[in-house]
Amino acid sequence: MADRYPGYDVQSKRWSQSWNEPTRQVIDRRLAIPREPRFFSPDEWRTLQAVCDRIMPQPTDRPPVPLPAFVDQKMADGLLDGYRYAALPPQGDAWRRGLAALDVAARQAHCDPFHDLTPDRQDDLLRQMQTGELAGPEWGGMPCKLFFEHRVIPDITHAYYAHPVAWNEIGFGGPASPRGYVRMGLDRRDPWEAVEANHAG
Amino acid sequence: MPADPFAAPRATGGRAPDVFRRGGWVPMRQYRDDDTVDFAVVGTGAGGGPLIAGLAEAGFSVIGFDAGPYFRPLEDFASDEREQEKLYWNDERVVDGANPLTMGGKNSGKAVGGSTVHFAMVSLRFRPEWFRSRTILGYGADWPLDWREMWHYYGRAEKALSIAGPVTYPWGPKRPRYPYRAHELNGAAQLLARGAEAMGMKWTATPLATVSAPHGQSPPCVYRGFCRFGCSTNAKQSQLVTFIPRALRAGAEIRDLAMVGRIEVGPTGLATGVHFHREGRWRFQRARHVVVAGYAVETPRLLLASANGQFPDGLANSSGLVGKNLMTQSNQAVFGTMEQEVRWYKGPPSLSITEHWNYEDRKDFAGGYCWMAQGPLPVEWATIQTTSRGLRGQALRDEMEKYNHQVGLKMVGEMLPDERNRVTLADDKDQYGLRVARVTYSWGDNDKALINHALDQMQTSLEAVGAKEIFRQENDTNHLAGTARMGDDPRTSVVNADCRSWDIPNLWVCDGSIFPTTGGVNPSLTITSIAMRTADRIRMLAKRGEL
Repeated sequence: MADRYPGYDVQSKRWSQSWNEPTRQVIDRRLAIPREPRFFSPDEWRTLQAVCDRIMPQPTDRPPVPLPAFVDQKMADGLLDGYRYAALPPQGDAWRRGLAALDVAARQAHCDPFHDLTPDRQDDLLRQMQTGELAGPEWGGMPCKLFFEHRVIPDITHAYYAHPVAWNEIGFGGPASPRGYVRMGLDRRDPWEAVEANHAG
Repeated sequence: MPADPFAAPRATGGRAPDVFRRGGWVPMRQYRDDDTVDFAVVGTGAGGGPLIAGLAEAGFSVIGFDAGPYFRPLEDFASDEREQEKLYWNDERVVDGANPLTMGGKNSGKAVGGSTVHFAMVSLRFRPEWFRSRTILGYGADWPLDWREMWHYYGRAEKALSIAGPVTYPWGPKRPRYPYRAHELNGAAQLLARGAEAMGMKWTATPLATVSAPHGQSPPCVYRGFCRFGCSTNAKQSQLVTFIPRALRAGAEIRDLAMVGRIEVGPTGLATGVHFHREGRWRFQRARHVVVAGYAVETPRLLLASANGQFPDGLANSSGLVGKNLMTQSNQAVFGTMEQEVRWYKGPPSLSITEHWNYEDRKDFAGGYCWMAQGPLPVEWATIQTTSRGLRGQALRDEMEKYNHQVGLKMVGEMLPDERNRVTLADDKDQYGLRVARVTYSWGDNDKALINHALDQMQTSLEAVGAKEIFRQENDTNHLAGTARMGDDPRTSVVNADCRSWDIPNLWVCDGSIFPTTGGVNPSLTITSIAMRTADRIRMLAKRGEL
């Protein structure tokens, strides 16, 4: 896939007026996230890795954003959302139960653990989760559709789009303090913003 | 770097953080737990902040309690969506009903300054008729307040918050020009204006609580665009940098990281003080008056949790209405893709507005709405793509790459009060050992009709500016109101026009909970104006010996 913002690296602004010290520390911590799980068991971890690869597939020409590690961090540190659907258990329990149940569904349908299935088969099971078609005692009454909408999707996609690599892909200006922006209108761009290839504006 | 603001309280030892100077402090008066202060105010946001300052300036002894930390914006705030979730009330709450509410960033703050630390700064007046919507417009409930008096307090609040806005406002009765000039429009705001003009509607620069020129120690806004994640330059006129410093100068004490869990009521039927959790233990602060200013979830939660033998259904609840008539505001949106680069991440997210449908009554549903320009940052934009379009995988990645060409319009719509929408206590307990709130919400038929009307109108506007690939975000809500409504009749309201509870004369509620209806604009300016009025009323009642 062609690069939409060739050469743009939001981290090149690290020592510019666009990044203050708290921002540098936050991004440093994010980039240095431990890759080994603290919360999930080895089985859960393998399933989670496979789920992340399908929810947020990543290019192979760069190191992947370690999405499972960010999900693990949220659970291990107990970073809450501020609300919980009454039909869902607390977030860590929901993830453990959901991953185990997905693996059961994979073994029942294909006699293999989820992480060993082909991407097509993984996608199909995730689609069944999204549409509420997976059920069984291993779900413990947790609606798979709610688990998909309120745990799987936000916990994985938020982690991705909070990462500088994603900001480069979409041309987001990134951190902007204390220097903000000057050129505000349509088709206006400050020199410290990403240049889009093939845009005449 | 300063110490962790969550690890230990900062407002101690006779001083509080100076939010304008790195490492600086300002002197703070402190009270002992067995001092009986005049007022214990629970919450320091849009309602608590002005009241604490107003009471202290009137000479009362006041303590403002906040469960959240005392941030130093210059040192604690990163330019980052995820990190700044630390500003939100992210403790567990259980949500249910047919349309469960998303709690957190859009409606709940946990910090000195409350949600105003992360609000979008939109500072609008109610339409005058909304204060008598039952009598004049035929829906909801009347307020016990007169709009002309509110017009006076709106003016004072706009001055206190240095609101930047237009010279003339296109709707409603005459109002003075805004204290600070309007902000420049960004691309997204320009497109709202073009769309409104194409539809024959008026539009204007949104009145915003971020300064367009220096004010005191606040520098002008630099348009960094992270307004909803805390302002790291202090341009934003949050309570943290406006009324709270005023309160400290006037002799108030602020207690950060102080969670109030129970209001004590004595055998005489009067409140005697508050039980609060700070530095790992429960303490009791004596007070002659208690004001609850925790917003529409925490306020009823505290009143209900303070039930005792004399008030088994919770405090101030003889009407049975504490926790009921919870209202949110519809916050649906329409988005599209432009040929031009919009780069909506620059500047405050809602720089232009049309209130056309708040002031136009030719429609077949009750209530009104406005819409504003939008500028979601990447994580929020991904949320919109996944929840509204069900995208994931490569399709999500492809759509996200159009980020700099997106444009959107987002409504703030009036939802009607309904007793079935309510806050109760769940069985689950939080980290303080307190029962968490259960928030139950379902949209009514009128709410749905209003939303559908708005979605059609916003879509027409986007089509008029040439947006392509238009899609709708059909499920989103934001601000809260209700749950302790004000009124003229103790049988049908919780507090009177002075925010004083009918049942316990030294117990008050001063936040968005007291709204009988929620209107079609962001509520913070109305909350602040009422808080300033309440401070005046208390001063007057004290003079008359009626306190």
